[in-house]
Amino acid sequence: MTADLMVFLAKLISGANARWLGGAPEPRQRIYFANHTSNLDALVLWAVLPPEVRALTRPVAARDYWNTGVRRYLADKVFHAILIERKKPTAHDNPIGQILEAMGNDRSIIIFPEGGRFSGSEPMPFKSGLYHLAQKRPDVELIPVLMDNLNRILPKGEVLPVPLIGHVTFGAPIQLLPGETKPAFLERARAEVMRLHDL
Amino acid sequence: MNLKLDNETYWLVGGVLALLVIATLVGQWLRLRVRSEAGAKTVQNLNARTKAWWFMVIIFLLAMLTGSVGTVILFGLTSFLALREFITLTPTKLGDHRTLFWVFFLITPLQYWLVASGWYGLFVVMIPVYAFLFVPLRSALVGDCERFLERAAKIQWGLMICVYCVSHAPALLFLKIPGYEGQNGKLLFYFGLIVQISDVLQYVWGKTVGRRKIAPLVSPNKTWGGFLGGVATATLIGAGLWWATPFTPWQSAGMSLAITFMGFAGGLVMSAIKRDRGVKDYGTLIEGHGGVMDRIDSICFAAPVFFHMTRYFFT
Repeated sequence: MTADLMVFLAKLISGANARWLGGAPEPRQRIYFANHTSNLDALVLWAVLPPEVRALTRPVAARDYWNTGVRRYLADKVFHAILIERKKPTAHDNPIGQILEAMGNDRSIIIFPEGGRFSGSEPMPFKSGLYHLAQKRPDVELIPVLMDNLNRILPKGEVLPVPLIGHVTFGAPIQLLPGETKPAFLERARAEVMRLHDL
Repeated sequence: MNLKLDNETYWLVGGVLALLVIATLVGQWLRLRVRSEAGAKTVQNLNARTKAWWFMVIIFLLAMLTGSVGTVILFGLTSFLALREFITLTPTKLGDHRTLFWVFFLITPLQYWLVASGWYGLFVVMIPVYAFLFVPLRSALVGDCERFLERAAKIQWGLMICVYCVSHAPALLFLKIPGYEGQNGKLLFYFGLIVQISDVLQYVWGKTVGRRKIAPLVSPNKTWGGFLGGVATATLIGAGLWWATPFTPWQSAGMSLAITFMGFAGGLVMSAIKRDRGVKDYGTLIEGHGGVMDRIDSICFAAPVFFHMTRYFFT
């Protein structure tokens, strides 16, 4: 009920339509990784997935932001978000282990590898989490996603959205290549997201 | 204010519905007959357009049935969606965010409230004067000067085209035309019919006899054959519909000529903007047509001119 309402609101505010350029949406285990420019990103990406895919998909979000009040309720009960510690991960409180556990063998996740919201025209360098996930779960497809125009709808630091039209573009899956180094893989993943701009 | 449903209204509505039935039947017949792949594509697009026409006509009729307030709200929502498509395509900066919030949620509803309240004096100056001055002020307060004039101009232009110009169509309902009291619904219907049928006829003439392009760099689909054929036939139809308007047949022909001419101008100018931004359509909301802005570009230019001509000569 709340979930349906949130999906409706997200699509209404963002006007977002999904373009699948690298294959069809499928209810199989995937990691969607996207650039991050707006607080709406996770909600909108999740909302534009087809219902049967959305039901399997959990966004990874920062615990410090989603830990209070309404956000906490939405994260827990609606998006089933995986809340991770981004400020000071410890061996005991390790986000990667937590994500892998939450994925199990059938859940998909949404992650924003920049580790924060940035409003520049290009995404920041990716943090290493995506590399570790790709290494630990070579069987899971990594889908690059471009969130376009969302930062104009609700920019960082603003509370009131302006109802422009956002675009969510899903690219073709990528994999960690044999012998590929961490920086090379992360740069390639980032380039795959940016490449969707021009398609 | 309720819009009176008289016999002439029934004839207008019945005529449009009959046209849609014919278009649907012809579309299905063409679908069965077409052989070539390119032809199949054209017919598919034609049928998608006809289907969208059914949808748009039914929404318009339902709004008019609720009376003038419903009609004003429908045009207000149309403006809102058109402005959304326009600003999406127009690069503004983060410094314009708060300005845009005002533009969407205050200035646009206020303009339509002014239409519905019949406050003509403020209706004609609110956006060209007050919103015009407010938009750059609000952005200046944020302090980002990069491309400042360009950004302000784009927002002002979006407001003028998508909101101010379009709002003149429902404003027709509030003109006081002696001897035509309570019948303004027909005038709006007449306007909508001529402006849209002129688009359709220009498309049909263009596809059949159009050869020489008018402005190939702006809009490859606009040909002299399509323009002249469309304008002539739409003007004839307009003249033939004089009984629904406060005009004589000759006056009605003149009004229709002005509407079709302005409609053509609107389509051409809005195409030039699309070309500049490197897109084919403003949006994807209406299947076969593109976005809302693609469908109403002719209304944007025709509505203010038709409104003022009617107001000047007939009230």
